[in-house]
Amino acid sequence: MKKVKVATVWLDGCSGCHMSFLDIDEAIAAVAQKIDLVYGPLVDAQEFPEDVDLVLVEGAVSSQEDLAKIQLIRERSKYLVALGDCAVTSNVPAMRNAFPVRKLLDRVYVEGAEQNPGVPADGVPKLLKRAVPVHEAVKVDLHVPGCPPAAGTILYVLSELLEGRMPDLSSKVRFG
Amino acid sequence: MPLHKVSIRIDGEYVEAREGQTILEVARAAGKYIPTLCYLAGVSPSGACRLCVVEVSGVGRLLPSCTTAVQDGMSVTTNSEKLARYRRMVLEFLLTERNHYCSVCVSNGHCELQSMAAKLGVTHVRYPYTYPALPVDVSHPRFVLDHNRCILCTRCVRVCDEVEGAHVWDIASRGIRSMLVSELNKPWGESKSCTSCGKCVQACPTGALAEKGWAVEEMTKSHENISRLAVKRGVRV
Repeated sequence: MKKVKVATVWLDGCSGCHMSFLDIDEAIAAVAQKIDLVYGPLVDAQEFPEDVDLVLVEGAVSSQEDLAKIQLIRERSKYLVALGDCAVTSNVPAMRNAFPVRKLLDRVYVEGAEQNPGVPADGVPKLLKRAVPVHEAVKVDLHVPGCPPAAGTILYVLSELLEGRMPDLSSKVRFG
Repeated sequence: MPLHKVSIRIDGEYVEAREGQTILEVARAAGKYIPTLCYLAGVSPSGACRLCVVEVSGVGRLLPSCTTAVQDGMSVTTNSEKLARYRRMVLEFLLTERNHYCSVCVSNGHCELQSMAAKLGVTHVRYPYTYPALPVDVSHPRFVLDHNRCILCTRCVRVCDEVEGAHVWDIASRGIRSMLVSELNKPWGESKSCTSCGKCVQACPTGALAEKGWAVEEMTKSHENISRLAVKRGVRV
């Protein structure tokens, strides 16, 4: 049987959703039979491959790099899942949204610096004006809220999608 | 005063009611479920949240069941695809209007807005978040008011006025700029009328009003005592 090409992505989040994914414990062995993990923090691939069947996206879209990444990911993926509150609601990364980026960076890197004050400019991606949920940047096929979503929820979503069914999340998930 | 009886239909079933009762009261007594957020047994209804909207035959718009009195011959629908859609929309608007970061909230796991969103199947918000810059009032020695988490349900306003009798709280301004204020927009800690009874905190459905000293997920509340107090004061619940 042809394996389903799965990728996972870590944008502006804490990696807690990836941790929760790994928390499905021994069930991962059964999942591994059916999938080919082609990209993500858990594997070595440097570039997001073409023709990915299913991608789980953790984190909000906060920088220009995030935005470019998620647009490419959307182009190359058939089914995109926003995994966890940062991807679904923008959550903690959005707590900076009420402040202008310039003021925010000055507060941290100039006012808050004990030595070498100055906003870093080289080699770091520019922040967007606001951190936004994934669906404000690209089309999302399924939202799985939770901070993080429970391991059981992630397993359920994955199992249903691998069987070609649409997971029914009503009353199974909550924000936070 | 004699109590006139009226009969209405709720989801097709005949139900007897007293004149002056609200659709919500009658529907609940008949075992029907209508979701609510701003409704609090024991204090007057306000119709603030719009979650309890129902369809009434012959009326072209949805009516809040908590503030609409029954009328003889009325035919009410409490659940339909249309109502579910509007109720979800109400919750989505509440979530976009302020900054509800459930994961870092004292009331995470004990919040009525959060559990209602889960119950009504809101897995994401289709409208852009507004990310307003809002203050947090920590001037009271025992309690904190976080405007980021306030849904303007006015339960605190009503319980303070009607049960405690202090009337510390009010809503200032209009529309999207509406804000909960203590006394005449003074810091809560400077309020002369506040008795620090904590009823507003217990009545609050979210983490907007909380006790100081709790971390994420630690603030649990109970508003049953408020309803019990109200009954003792002669309010029919």
